[in-house]
Amino acid sequence: MLYKKKWPLLLFLVPGLLFLLVFLYIPFVENIKNSFYEMSAVVRMPGQDWKFIGLENYKRLLTDMDVRSALTNTLKMMILTVIFEVGIAFVLAVMVSQIKRFQQFFRTVYFFPVVISATAIGLLFKLFYNYNGGMLNQILEHFGKEPVLWLGPDLAFVMICIPTLWSYIGFYFVILLTGLSDIPDDIYEAASIDGCSKFKQVFYITLPSLKPVFFTSVTLAVTGALKVFDLPWVLAPNGAPQGLTHFLGTYMYQTAYGLNNYDYASTQALLIVVLGIVVSKGVGAFTADREETGTGKRRRVKRREAA
Amino acid sequence: MDAAVNVTAVRRKRKKVSAGMAVIYAILIFWAVLTVFPFVWVVLNSFKPSAEVLRSSFALPQEWSLMNYENAFTKLNVLNAYKNSFLISGCVTIGVMFLSALMAFGMTRYRFRGKELIRSLIVASLMFPAFATIIPVYKMIIEWGILGTKTAVILPQIAGNLSFAVIVMIGFMQSIPLEMEEAAYMEGANVFQVFGGIVVPLCRPSLATVAIFSFLWSYNDLFVQKIMIAGHKQNYPVCTLLEEISSQYGTDFGLMAASVTIIVIPVMIVYVLLQKNIIKGLTAGAVKG
Repeated sequence: MLYKKKWPLLLFLVPGLLFLLVFLYIPFVENIKNSFYEMSAVVRMPGQDWKFIGLENYKRLLTDMDVRSALTNTLKMMILTVIFEVGIAFVLAVMVSQIKRFQQFFRTVYFFPVVISATAIGLLFKLFYNYNGGMLNQILEHFGKEPVLWLGPDLAFVMICIPTLWSYIGFYFVILLTGLSDIPDDIYEAASIDGCSKFKQVFYITLPSLKPVFFTSVTLAVTGALKVFDLPWVLAPNGAPQGLTHFLGTYMYQTAYGLNNYDYASTQALLIVVLGIVVSKGVGAFTADREETGTGKRRRVKRREAA
Repeated sequence: MDAAVNVTAVRRKRKKVSAGMAVIYAILIFWAVLTVFPFVWVVLNSFKPSAEVLRSSFALPQEWSLMNYENAFTKLNVLNAYKNSFLISGCVTIGVMFLSALMAFGMTRYRFRGKELIRSLIVASLMFPAFATIIPVYKMIIEWGILGTKTAVILPQIAGNLSFAVIVMIGFMQSIPLEMEEAAYMEGANVFQVFGGIVVPLCRPSLATVAIFSFLWSYNDLFVQKIMIAGHKQNYPVCTLLEEISSQYGTDFGLMAASVTIIVIPVMIVYVLLQKNIIKGLTAGAVKG
């Protein structure tokens, strides 16, 4: 009765939808359109026409060596986030779920870097990595070793990955720990009565029951890796040295705002979107697939029984 | 005799378990140290002159000097950056809370044509990273003549957090039973009174979640800030200022350490006070990829 009259609905929906339309949907479509044009500047001057260049930008995308290295770095980062962020987070979560005291303490401490901006963390690690008297080189010096160029061509990528991964472990830790606490205790009790060791319990009970939570974490980690920008940008602006540490996001930024090549940057942005969809569908298919084969088998069995 | 065997077996088992526990605690504490150490290091070094940071960054300061902080506040106008950040992120938070509550109310309380379409549009927009919309938005901001103002950061950030906030709010509002709203209607309240007087107060927990993640995402988001404020120093929020410090004063270790400390300490205090809500708010925000 209360919600029979429809006109107030407009007042509820229109302001928000207008925002989304103006700042998300229209720009998103415009960005796709832009990728087919040669943009002389961001804002089109009156009387000036943008040339339609068709798939020119896409061809370039396929042959651009810098895009290739940025893509490789991004894909590497995705794999590393799954192994180290979700992996370490899982180990820590299992351990914390075993202890009785200080659970809250560890939760608070491990999560802390998540709330600190990547910019501040980048600056912090810059102090660690500095060649002249940075913390790491001070340690080396103390042991009488030669100082190392931490952000040089050989090490830069790893050195950027370390703080990126480190700062977000707590996030997945909390997600996985919440998932762990949702597993009922009696399963573990039954297992230990049947003589299942703690270690085996992790493999046969914890991992299978955590599957949906794992799925969420992996999807988040992988799509998060795609959006990495702040930390690499602060630690190694413009993909320093020599563009070796570019990720898709930083390279897109540099193409647009460093080189003023807005149409090509739009094309790169689309690559990020497509990759995001492909990768999250991929993770979804990977986990759904197994479940389906499970039910498929069951169905087959049933059919055979019916026959 | 049986009993005696049992007792020793139990004892042995307990001993084994507690040894395992000690290992677990040791590893957990090790990781906790690894997590906290960089922050402790930077706070300690912020009280040393740069030369001392270079020489002995592991020792306690020889004498606790506030010089770096004086520098940070006079040279860099950190206070102004704070003020800007709070204004920007505060407006983003209020905007997102307000719009998402309205939209979720419309989406959960009304039946209308195109509802499914709107819902899938909202979900789809979660897949749009900032990279994919920033250039046209940048163009629009230039055309409106507001590039470099705080509004130029606020508007896109509201839109960027809105769809996820709506999803969180819809989830919560669906679980509120309609009886109370209908009773209020019987008493003569109109839709807006029901919304403001009953639904919004009931939604306080999820509104808190929305507020927390909108604020932190907005506060920490260098990408949009960098592009929209570009060069207008009086409007620099905290992250943009930090980035500039790192490129301009990169050799002044003491100043850099002090700046990081100044940025981290307030967040840390708020975090310690509100940790449960913040952890909940940000991991509820987990579904946003």
